[in-house]
Amino acid sequence: MPSRGRTAGEEKPVIECRSVYKIFGRHAKSLLDGTEGFIDADAAKEAGCIVGVNNASFEVHAGELLVIMGLSGSGKSTLLRCISRLTEATAGKIFIEGQDLLAMNGRQLLDMRRSRMGMVFQNFGLLPHKTVLENIAFPLQMKGMKTRESVSRARDMAELVGLQGRENYFPRELSGGQQQRVGIARSLAVEPDIWFLDEPFSALDPLIRKEMQDEFLRLQEVLNKTILFVTHDFDEALRLADRIAIMKEGIIEQLDTPASIILQPATEYVRKFTQDVPREKVLRIEDVMNPVDETEELSDLRVSKDLIIETVAEAILNQPRPVGVVDADDRLVGSLHASHVINVLFGTSQRD
Amino acid sequence: MAAPRISRKTIGFGVLFSVFLLLCLLVNPSDANWLWRLPPLLKDLPFIINDTVQNLLFEWMPIEVYDPTIDDYETKPLFREVTRAISSTLLLIIDAVREVMLGGVKTIVAFTDWNFINENPWLRWPALPWTVITGWAILLGYRLQGTGLAALAAFSMVYVSVFGQWEPSMQTLSFVLVAAPVSVVLGLGLGIWAFRNRAVEAALNPLLNVAQTMPHYSYLVPVIVLFGVGDHAAAIATIIFATPPMVRLTLLGLKNVPAEVVEAGIMNGCGRFQLLFRVLVPTAKRDVLIGVNQVVMQCLAMTVIASFIGAQGLGSNLMIALNSLKVGTGIEIGLCIVLIAVVLDRMSLAWAHKQTDYFADLSFFERHRLVIMLVAILVAGCLLAWAGSFIFEEGRNYLYIVPHNKGITTAPFWQAAVDWTWDTFFFTLKGFNEFLITKVLFPMRDLYLGMPVIATFVLMMGTAFLLDGVKSALIVGVFLLFIAFSEYWDRALITAYMASFSVMVAAVVGLVVGTLCAQNRLATRVALLVCDFLQTFPSFIYLIPVIMLFGITDTSVIIASVVYAMVPATRYTVEGLRSVPEVIQEAGTMSGVSRMQRLVQIEFPLAFPHIMLGLNQTVIFGLFMVIIGAFIGTTDLGQLILGAISDPRGTGIGLTLGLCVAFIGLAVDQIIRTWAERRKKELDLG
Repeated sequence: MPSRGRTAGEEKPVIECRSVYKIFGRHAKSLLDGTEGFIDADAAKEAGCIVGVNNASFEVHAGELLVIMGLSGSGKSTLLRCISRLTEATAGKIFIEGQDLLAMNGRQLLDMRRSRMGMVFQNFGLLPHKTVLENIAFPLQMKGMKTRESVSRARDMAELVGLQGRENYFPRELSGGQQQRVGIARSLAVEPDIWFLDEPFSALDPLIRKEMQDEFLRLQEVLNKTILFVTHDFDEALRLADRIAIMKEGIIEQLDTPASIILQPATEYVRKFTQDVPREKVLRIEDVMNPVDETEELSDLRVSKDLIIETVAEAILNQPRPVGVVDADDRLVGSLHASHVINVLFGTSQRD
Repeated sequence: MAAPRISRKTIGFGVLFSVFLLLCLLVNPSDANWLWRLPPLLKDLPFIINDTVQNLLFEWMPIEVYDPTIDDYETKPLFREVTRAISSTLLLIIDAVREVMLGGVKTIVAFTDWNFINENPWLRWPALPWTVITGWAILLGYRLQGTGLAALAAFSMVYVSVFGQWEPSMQTLSFVLVAAPVSVVLGLGLGIWAFRNRAVEAALNPLLNVAQTMPHYSYLVPVIVLFGVGDHAAAIATIIFATPPMVRLTLLGLKNVPAEVVEAGIMNGCGRFQLLFRVLVPTAKRDVLIGVNQVVMQCLAMTVIASFIGAQGLGSNLMIALNSLKVGTGIEIGLCIVLIAVVLDRMSLAWAHKQTDYFADLSFFERHRLVIMLVAILVAGCLLAWAGSFIFEEGRNYLYIVPHNKGITTAPFWQAAVDWTWDTFFFTLKGFNEFLITKVLFPMRDLYLGMPVIATFVLMMGTAFLLDGVKSALIVGVFLLFIAFSEYWDRALITAYMASFSVMVAAVVGLVVGTLCAQNRLATRVALLVCDFLQTFPSFIYLIPVIMLFGITDTSVIIASVVYAMVPATRYTVEGLRSVPEVIQEAGTMSGVSRMQRLVQIEFPLAFPHIMLGLNQTVIFGLFMVIIGAFIGTTDLGQLILGAISDPRGTGIGLTLGLCVAFIGLAVDQIIRTWAERRKKELDLG
């Protein structure tokens, strides 16, 4: 499991976006002149423009996994492409570890991509004329690494993603899941510290998708990259994210931890996503507990704050008195009433 | 749903035809009447072109050039020096390639001089024994596809050799081996440039259209003026014709590279050139290689026509044979061209589809094995040739090179066959010929010529307007206006009548044959294979059998163009009918359609746009063949173009006439293609 609910550290953010806009259309620049805050989508349309990203500001910290979630056309992929500079943002500032990304010239950007960034694509984007091994070695060779060296490194990467034995296959000879493993291995070959994933599992079957998500979490456990992950699948976002940014029509509706989004949806739009989520399978004890109350008399049962509610719900409900919640060092950090659990799980009202 | 719209369109066409007929009847046929014929305002265009070219060649931008023979500087026009330099370079390369295959001294002379050769008579580049080239072809065929292609290559090369056509065949081949790579490189470069730059693409598109629809003949005169006569000039004319498809396919391939692959390349840290040559072009490899295939085919199609301006080889031999009515020899040479075309076609296609056997997969030893085998064949062939020199008399070493026209020949047999046909069916053929000419062709020609210019405009522009809208109508109008203002309107009408007659017959036959073949999976495959095969025939080949039967008449030309134009009509019908989506077919089956209902209600409406694209091709092919038919004596534009070749001031006339023909084709193309593409989009057929 990735470190959930990691508090934003004091260290410099790895990625920082300040009021990023992406507007398609010829008069995009003039539309932006003199405006601040959000742009009116209807006004933009009248001017013949389409708003892709509307005033996006956020930070991603080292080792954090930020999921950008939204339906098709919400601007999530556009936002990702602005940050990887596959498209140029119309306005705003983007900093990668303090460096101004948008001010970089071609050479600097090339160096940045060759050493710091990796990206995985929805439809894999593999080179059809190259084998698995050559595809993985490709970014290394672009950097100028010797063929022999790059191939031996690619072999290691193929093993890391479980493709050993298929190194000499061509992409078309592989299943979708395997192709995406190649895509993942390729994006990791240069050992980037920033990892972009653009709907990496959306083109896969549900079962394979689940398997790949597990694989992805395993990799992240080992590698601990700073990740921007784009998806249209809310369940996937909940499963993977440290924090989720929910986008609608170019605007980030809410950016928060999965638990906060479920328990305190900021807008009606976000609430629609959360309403069918099986909360007991997503929320942890920590997310719903009350602070420690000295006057309260607790039952003997102690539960860890990191547990998923579902795993202990029955035990808690069987207790006559509230249950104590402890942290990893067995210190008491809160309490949980059975009624409260029922309310969270089955009640439709928000927690106070 | 669309009922009211269809009826409105029907009314539109009704009105259009009534106006057309009314105009035909009412307009007074006199040259002073502008509604009848427009004045030839562009009469001077050929002369303007001529003067421009002359000026360019002899006066524009004089520069000082050092001449080693007189050891002094001379003033020469820049443009002429440039064309001269291009000519001599090309000629040198062609000679070098040719001498590798056939031996000779020209290449050595080019680097030394004739005196040196005369002093050292032993200094002569030896020819490759025919066994070596045959062996190489077989090996290549085997490596590219397997035993089938190897057998085809073996048969073709042995045939060429045994029938004593080795020398001209190798001349033709050497010409193709130079013209094709130049076209490929040029096409690839232009394609990439157009891909990178929208303005270039926009500028290139009409040029490509014209270059592809202009009859080959019309380039010949300007090329002669600019580059002289000879193999190099022929190569240049060929390159002009063979490059456009390469440009188009390169562009198409590059555009079809998925956006994600490009993005992946960028994110993997590709620089500009890395992205181009390691991501884009390799990913587009299939289309690019199909372009290479097209180039090779176009080069072979030009061999005969190129012989007009001095290309040596099979083409000029075929011309001589046909001119002297030696049909037997003509057939043999024709077969040589077809065989070479088919072998090169199959080889380049096999190369295009060969993606699995990526060379990086092969071990080092395997890669070397090919070279070792090539060298082994070379050594074995040379040894055989050497051994042959003991057996055969000098100059007739059949193991070295079968001398020209000293091989086996079946010409007497063919001649006898033709004579027999003539004797037996003389009256039948003559009767058919006369009937066609007097009862069908002449009346039709008179009808066309009796059309006032205003009526033609109304008909064509009206059709374009009803099918595609105002823009199309205007474009068609401009094309027609050019022809109407030139001096050649009447000739153009004759061309149009011959082309439209053959197109109509070809379209009907193609539609029927195609529909029948599409009913059955096996028949479909056979039909497509036959079309493939026929399409590799250089166009001139079609004329041989008809001349055999009908002699040099309009009938021959018409029949040849019917047969030639039938190929695309059939192919597109079959493809269109077979490509109706499975789901729709199944939905039809479950709705309980009968076979006929399926054809009429489902397949035809959906396949119609594609069939119309086929008709478009049919028009271009028919037009093309009618023009080529001029060679055997017709009275349309083609004949004038042919005449222009021997006219010293023919540049302008040739180009103007060429544009006239191109514009007829492009006008039809504009109407049909715009309609078909929009209709396909509407039907959601991509």
